Amino acid sequence: MEFQLTKRLKGAEGDFLLDVDLRIEEGEFLTLFGRSGAGKTTLLRCLAGLEMPDAGTLRVNGDIWFDVGCGIALPSQQRHVGFVFQDYALFPNMTVRGNLEFALRKGSNRKRIDELIAMMELGELQHRKPAMLSGGQKQRVALARALAAEPRLLLLDEPLSALDQETRLRLQDEILCLQRHFGLTTVMVSHDVSEVYKLSRRVIVIENGRAVREGPPAEVFGAGQGGGKFRFAGEVLAIEPADVVFAVSVLVGNQIVRIIATADEAAQLKVGSRVMLLSKAFNPMLQVV
Amino acid sequence: MNYDWAPLILTFKLAAVTTLILCIVGIPFAWWLAFTRVRFKPALEALVSMPLVLPPSVLGFYLLLAFSPQHWFGHWVESFAGVRLAFSFEGLIIASVIFSFPFLVHPVQSGFQSLPASLTEAAYTLGKSRWQTFLRVLLPNIKPSLLAGAVLSFAHTIGEFGVVLMIGGNLPGETRVASIAIYDEVESLNYAAANFYALVLFAVCFAILLTVYVVNKRLIRAA
Repeated sequence: MEFQLTKRLKGAEGDFLLDVDLRIEEGEFLTLFGRSGAGKTTLLRCLAGLEMPDAGTLRVNGDIWFDVGCGIALPSQQRHVGFVFQDYALFPNMTVRGNLEFALRKGSNRKRIDELIAMMELGELQHRKPAMLSGGQKQRVALARALAAEPRLLLLDEPLSALDQETRLRLQDEILCLQRHFGLTTVMVSHDVSEVYKLSRRVIVIENGRAVREGPPAEVFGAGQGGGKFRFAGEVLAIEPADVVFAVSVLVGNQIVRIIATADEAAQLKVGSRVMLLSKAFNPMLQVV
Repeated sequence: MNYDWAPLILTFKLAAVTTLILCIVGIPFAWWLAFTRVRFKPALEALVSMPLVLPPSVLGFYLLLAFSPQHWFGHWVESFAGVRLAFSFEGLIIASVIFSFPFLVHPVQSGFQSLPASLTEAAYTLGKSRWQTFLRVLLPNIKPSLLAGAVLSFAHTIGEFGVVLMIGGNLPGETRVASIAIYDEVESLNYAAANFYALVLFAVCFAILLTVYVVNKRLIRAA
């Protein structure tokens, strides 16, 4: 699929223009990365037909979904996208199974529901209402529901942002597994570096509505810092002075690592900074566990 | 002592028919009003709320004018449908629907607005039409609001007095509802009959509201 879309957006610091031109290969897993308010979610909603771009074109497998010139704007209903919302958007009046059945297209095989329920391990939960589920379970149902409609394109809007680290890691594996199983073209919005690393082959960094960098996650996030063989994305939790140097606590995955930094280095950091933890190949030691 | 049940029966008949019409007209309207972005929405909302603040006699007065056969509207209805609206049961129904409109529309509208937009959007991305989304996703999730709206308009119609007096008058079996009958009996110093109507209305209204609160508690717990 390829698109070139523009839309005027209202941001916290005034209006800006969302203007993105992209080509996505069939079966690719692409991530849109950036701060909140950069326009990632709006772009995703434009792809789903939930929001209308001001101008541009959107073509999927040769079909035109949106073209301002020809006055074409396919409604959401006809786009066959699976959209996983940040708040899951499960229908509270239906059971887990009911949610999936509601999603079935006319004439599709009901066995698909059983398959999905088995695959996502929802068997025990299938007769519960969404209010009785945990966050991770809701997320799995939302994903299964999106897939039940046999989408041609899977769109994930920060699907794991509300979950704890452990659930998040498990669901990342599941998403990856499902995406490969169905060979679905997938676009995910995320602001979590480790998630982007794990899931996608290609990441687009969006700032103020524009794609500023793109490429494999390792290149995009590690660009210009070369030399390190080991790279971990982390977040600074605390910076404490220790004698003449500073001890910086960095959260990598769900481990906290303390690293010594000089005063100059520490001056560049602040709590919450996104950092890369680098290490030369001869430095780390391996230990059998 | 023998009491005349006709005014009570008429009252409940009026309330039931009014509520039915209100549900059919008012629920889709509330849905539209909840999500529309037309410019004159505030004006429309104000208009819907007017019966809440307007003295019933004002509404009754204008409706009486409109319903009279001399007026084009009354004349048109009479020649078209063969129904005279002034001082008739049909006229009372129309007036009650208008008068109780906000009592249905307000709770239902805020019910719709309290649902996250993502529910509607999720249904759309799953290929469901607006109508399917309305029937299967939105309505079932605002049951407490629907119940509140229906019951409030039913109870409010039972309690109507001013509008009925203005446009219905006091025709036994046609427009003589219980609230009018009470007034009438008191005027002729027939306190026992007035007490009978008043007591029945009191008991029935209390029972209805009690049921609503009990059912609503269950609905909320079940959701």
